[in-house]
Amino acid sequence: MMTPLHIGFIPLVDAAALIVAVDKGFTAAEGLDVNLVREVSWSNVRDKLNIGLLDAAHLLAPVAIASSLGLGHVKVPIAAPFTLGINGNAITVSRTLHAAIMGEIDGDRFDPMATAQALARVVAKRAKSGAEPLTFAMTFPFSTHNYQLRFWMAAGGVDPDEDVRLVVLPPPYMVDSLANGHVDAFCVGAPWNSIAVDKGFGHILHFVSDILARAAEKVLAVRQNWAEKNPEILASLVRAAARAAEYVEQPQNRAEVARLLAQPERVGVDVDIIRRTLDGRLKISPDGTLRESSRYLLVGRENAARPEPVQAAWLYAQMVRWGQTTLSPEALKTAMAVFRADLYDAALRRGAQASPAAPAPVGAFAGPDFDPAEVTGYLASFEIGRRPA
Amino acid sequence: MSAESPKIVIVDESPIRVAILEEGLREAGFTDVVHLSEMRSLLARIYALDPDVILIDLENPSRDVLEQMFQVSRAVRRPIAMFVDQSDAASIQASVDAGVSAYIVDGLKKERIKPILDLCISRFNAFAKLQDELDRTKSALEERKVIDRAKGILMKLKGLTEEEAYVLMRSTAMREKKKMGEIAQSILTASELLK
Repeated sequence: MMTPLHIGFIPLVDAAALIVAVDKGFTAAEGLDVNLVREVSWSNVRDKLNIGLLDAAHLLAPVAIASSLGLGHVKVPIAAPFTLGINGNAITVSRTLHAAIMGEIDGDRFDPMATAQALARVVAKRAKSGAEPLTFAMTFPFSTHNYQLRFWMAAGGVDPDEDVRLVVLPPPYMVDSLANGHVDAFCVGAPWNSIAVDKGFGHILHFVSDILARAAEKVLAVRQNWAEKNPEILASLVRAAARAAEYVEQPQNRAEVARLLAQPERVGVDVDIIRRTLDGRLKISPDGTLRESSRYLLVGRENAARPEPVQAAWLYAQMVRWGQTTLSPEALKTAMAVFRADLYDAALRRGAQASPAAPAPVGAFAGPDFDPAEVTGYLASFEIGRRPA
Repeated sequence: MSAESPKIVIVDESPIRVAILEEGLREAGFTDVVHLSEMRSLLARIYALDPDVILIDLENPSRDVLEQMFQVSRAVRRPIAMFVDQSDAASIQASVDAGVSAYIVDGLKKERIKPILDLCISRFNAFAKLQDELDRTKSALEERKVIDRAKGILMKLKGLTEEEAYVLMRSTAMREKKKMGEIAQSILTASELLK
């Protein structure tokens, strides 16, 4: 008897482990009959998961936390027993903004401090000449993209709420908006950065791994009460996803993974663009310049799939830093409890083990090391942020 | 906010569905209805209109743009989500099933939004039914065409009359427990391959 499951996803490359788990039959081998439901917005994924139209979902890690805390919407406790992706986003800027930043840069162009300070000078000059503030697009208020953009520009002295406009834009609209000048830059996941570069509209300025070496991006999310009622089904799902993540990371399987993801009912973009993302080898400028990074997108390798509570704590700290909520020890605890390393370990019958090879949590290019026991001190060390009045 | 009729903004790219919705709202006495079909600078347009209620099609990716309204903002008063009321699970379920999402701006009472939402749900469902019927009529027409073409091929290849060709296809369909359209399609495919 197969267990039917409805699982929602947004067509992005970091849904790879989920898509491969289903399309390579790993979920079926675990006795799960999964119907993957392609969605158009994170709000839809969240709402359908919340009310039970979906059993599980590919979800922005911060949305899982916001939902559990009741921030921005209905409070529904979420459990995340599996991390579908670490990193994987990039910041793309228009050709004009790229030229302006490169004209001001003092240092290496891949050094986020150098680019952020250059951006600050561009922003200051624009303000002086009376030009409109620059517009940066991201995917959702509770998104890694939002926090990554903010972290980066604030380190260079740009206040993301005062000095530029930061707007939410659905990923499918980003490339066109960059082309017609409605936005000057965006932070988004694959494939959209590569599409903008391929079309000649912009440059990839940073992989987000330049900003944070290890940041939880998407999780496999279920309702906490569903997890409690269906522990066996959940463990099966985690095992299927883990097997898929391992499959995705084998270089000899990449062509097959790219082919599966390219299907119109899955991610539905050019197979070559997906391949570049999986390989972490991206064309970063319209002239064809390639850049390679072993940290671009981690799907399972370096123990990436294990949901570490410290990652949730860092994301919660960003919500506090940017005024989406106020700091409370209980909320911090609730946030950390969303990332269920225990469920992951139990499903894979492994003892608790953070990978010894893993770099320090988050690994940000600026600010002190993050310690969940010292969130107040951590946040106080940043000059720019929304402090409670 | 007007005490009489709240200002309603409909964000939807389907002109037919909007027409159906607008008509229903007007009949129910909601006369202040604005339709937005252009997704560019959506938030700025909404802020300029300053509506009391926003209705958006669930399949519109711009739903995520509206989430930004729930963030602390210096520019405008802060709207709240319709669905913030946890007790209203049935109405959440009904609207998600129908494919509509509603947001209300702070200050509008739930009793006042309920009839609007109920109306939208029934209109959305009516539209979905209409769409479904249209699709079915369309596919029936398509099937008709395929059967006619297959009939022509059989008549030519096997020297049958129209009646005989039809009977042959129908009996094959019954024997193989398939639809006439499927048999006709296989005949077309086979004849393409054997050309």
